[in-house]
Amino acid sequence: MLTVKNLLVRHDTFSLRADWSVQSGSRTVVIGPSGAGKSTLIGAVAGFVDVAQGQITLDGTDITHANPANRDIAMLFQDGNLFPALTLEQNVSLGLRPSLKLNAEERKRVHTVLNRVGLSGFEKRKPGQVSGGQQGRAALARILLQRKPLLLLDEPFSALGPALRQEMLDLVNDVLDETQATLLMVTHNPDDAKHIAQDIIFLDDGVAHSPEPAEQLLANPHPALKSYLG
Amino acid sequence: MAQRALQLSKWTGPIALFAVVGPILAALIAVGATAEGKLYLGPGDWAAIRFTLVQSFLSAAFSVALAIPAARALARRRFRGRSALITLMGAPFILPVIVAVFGLLTVFGRAGWVSSILGAVGLEPVSIYGLHGVVIAHVFFNLPLAVRLILQGWNDIPAERFRTAALLDFGPNAVFRIIEWPMLRKAVPGAFALIFAICLTSFAVALTLGGGPRATTIELAIYQAFRFDFDLGRAALLSIYQLGIAGCAAAIALLLIPLSFAEGGLNRPVQRWDTTPAWLDYVWLGLASAFLIVPLSAIVLSGLAGLPDVPISVWHSATASLYVAFISVVVLMILVLPLAAWMGSRKRSGIEAASLLGLAASPLMIGTGWFILINPVIDPQTVALPVTAFVNALMALPFAIRMLAPAVRSAIADHGQLAQSLNLPHVVIWRYVLWPRLRAPLGFSLGLAAALSVGDLGVIALFADPDRATLPLQMYRLMGAYRVDAAAGAALILLALAFTLFLLFDRWGRANADS
Repeated sequence: MLTVKNLLVRHDTFSLRADWSVQSGSRTVVIGPSGAGKSTLIGAVAGFVDVAQGQITLDGTDITHANPANRDIAMLFQDGNLFPALTLEQNVSLGLRPSLKLNAEERKRVHTVLNRVGLSGFEKRKPGQVSGGQQGRAALARILLQRKPLLLLDEPFSALGPALRQEMLDLVNDVLDETQATLLMVTHNPDDAKHIAQDIIFLDDGVAHSPEPAEQLLANPHPALKSYLG
Repeated sequence: MAQRALQLSKWTGPIALFAVVGPILAALIAVGATAEGKLYLGPGDWAAIRFTLVQSFLSAAFSVALAIPAARALARRRFRGRSALITLMGAPFILPVIVAVFGLLTVFGRAGWVSSILGAVGLEPVSIYGLHGVVIAHVFFNLPLAVRLILQGWNDIPAERFRTAALLDFGPNAVFRIIEWPMLRKAVPGAFALIFAICLTSFAVALTLGGGPRATTIELAIYQAFRFDFDLGRAALLSIYQLGIAGCAAAIALLLIPLSFAEGGLNRPVQRWDTTPAWLDYVWLGLASAFLIVPLSAIVLSGLAGLPDVPISVWHSATASLYVAFISVVVLMILVLPLAAWMGSRKRSGIEAASLLGLAASPLMIGTGWFILINPVIDPQTVALPVTAFVNALMALPFAIRMLAPAVRSAIADHGQLAQSLNLPHVVIWRYVLWPRLRAPLGFSLGLAAALSVGDLGVIALFADPDRATLPLQMYRLMGAYRVDAAAGAALILLALAFTLFLLFDRWGRANADS
């Protein structure tokens, strides 16, 4: 379970507060207007943004001030998920070993996940030599290999077209089914929330509100959310 | 479906190009015609070519090698004064060469600070004359340029890559191997090639710190052939070699550097999680800063002490230098606006390369050519200042085009189709679409041209007579006459003029410009 207790993040004149929990294995989407602090919230959970006050725990472990590498978290960004100098196979292998020195069994696991996301035959290509969708698949293959209990997605598919975006979300759903990981995903697209989320955290006026069931919230949005959805 | 692009400066662009290429070719033809009958170089000339290549190679290699750890430290660390240090890195580019050499002599010369310290502990004084002196001076000028170019490479790495690396628990070695090394493989050859090309045409540094058969550059050999031996044929032949060598190097450098190094963005430190050990980064930054700040401080301190000894002739020369800088700026503006608009509204082509002739052609070759052309008609000394100003404008042109043409391209990409659909006249496009975008890079370019021109010690050395010296030449004469205090005062005045002119134009450009 991810618990955010009396959290306060300060950034120049901007501040963000949060106080809630999300259940293990749940799928939660973070939505809100531009500049509301969606990426700041997810950055604080990942360890990229300093926390001024409060506590973040993951499955009972306090990770508030832990180094990003010491949190049991996998994360995808909108860009920069793959290293352009490495092949897709090497990029995926980083999920097991940053040294890239894999034994035979580990190499087999890498090939299995590449096959699982439909990238067989593309192992030796570099990110610049494949499509945006294939790059997304490679990044998800690495997530599949890492098997971390919490997956953070910071608008990773916002630059993709509708069909490809849908395909990627389906793949995320498959990965979550397989790994039983908890999902926290930032998006500005309410359709993403409908497609993947059980719960929604709405950010408004410097507050990340407690998660609410997606279906219920989207059917009866409160005034601020209604104004955001239009 | 091909789109019909907005075409700007269809006539004025080619005319401006002709105004750039024409005088250079005329000078080349004049020089070439004079060289007729003498198609071989002597052993001294080959030694000059070898020395030019060796000192350029060493200068570029040391500048880049020292710049890598300094740029890495700047990319990884956030500290008070970081922004000021990056600004300081731009200073040597507009610092007059003769002033910088004076600063280096004050620190590293036989009677300089370092020698005094060594003498106090019973060691021999150091000498800055010869190959190592030329290389030290070139590293002083180009280390900051290399740091800025390589730092730009670091800043171009998306922050998300470092975040992904942090989540994947990369150590410093893995970050270097997987993220930084691929960037360096792209950034370093461009920085090396540009500095190599710049050092090939070095004149003032070689004039003051080199000289003699073992430390003469091609540019200095041209000057000596012209000024001391009046051997126009030899000067011409050396000029042709210089054009060939520097032209190839400049073309390679500009192919390898896809971006304008004057663009902003260097102040954005990217947060890193692999930053150990910190002390090593600060040692590199401290050494790089000291290498820049100590000679600059020496110029200011000795200049303040020397100001009362400055003769009236220095103030007359300062007026001449301001005149040269003013003409240079006007000429540059007349040439660069139509050229940048013409190039920026066309697909990339060989035209852009033609404007780079300024970087490849030797200023002394152009000066020599025009001396030959003017000599039968009027006394070349009477037009020394306008010719110097025009050549200085040509030298600044490649840098100005590299800054303005991309701004024109982006303005046309953003608003070109709208402007065409509204059938806007070109004068309206210039006023409301281009000008707000061009003002800032134009101000920077003109500031750069003014500073380079006011501090130039090149063509004027060929033409000068005692009554028409510019301030850098006057300062050189004071140094030659061992009037060190007066030279120090002149150096401070020249430094103040160069920096003030740059800041004035740059501020003008930034005021009310689109960011």
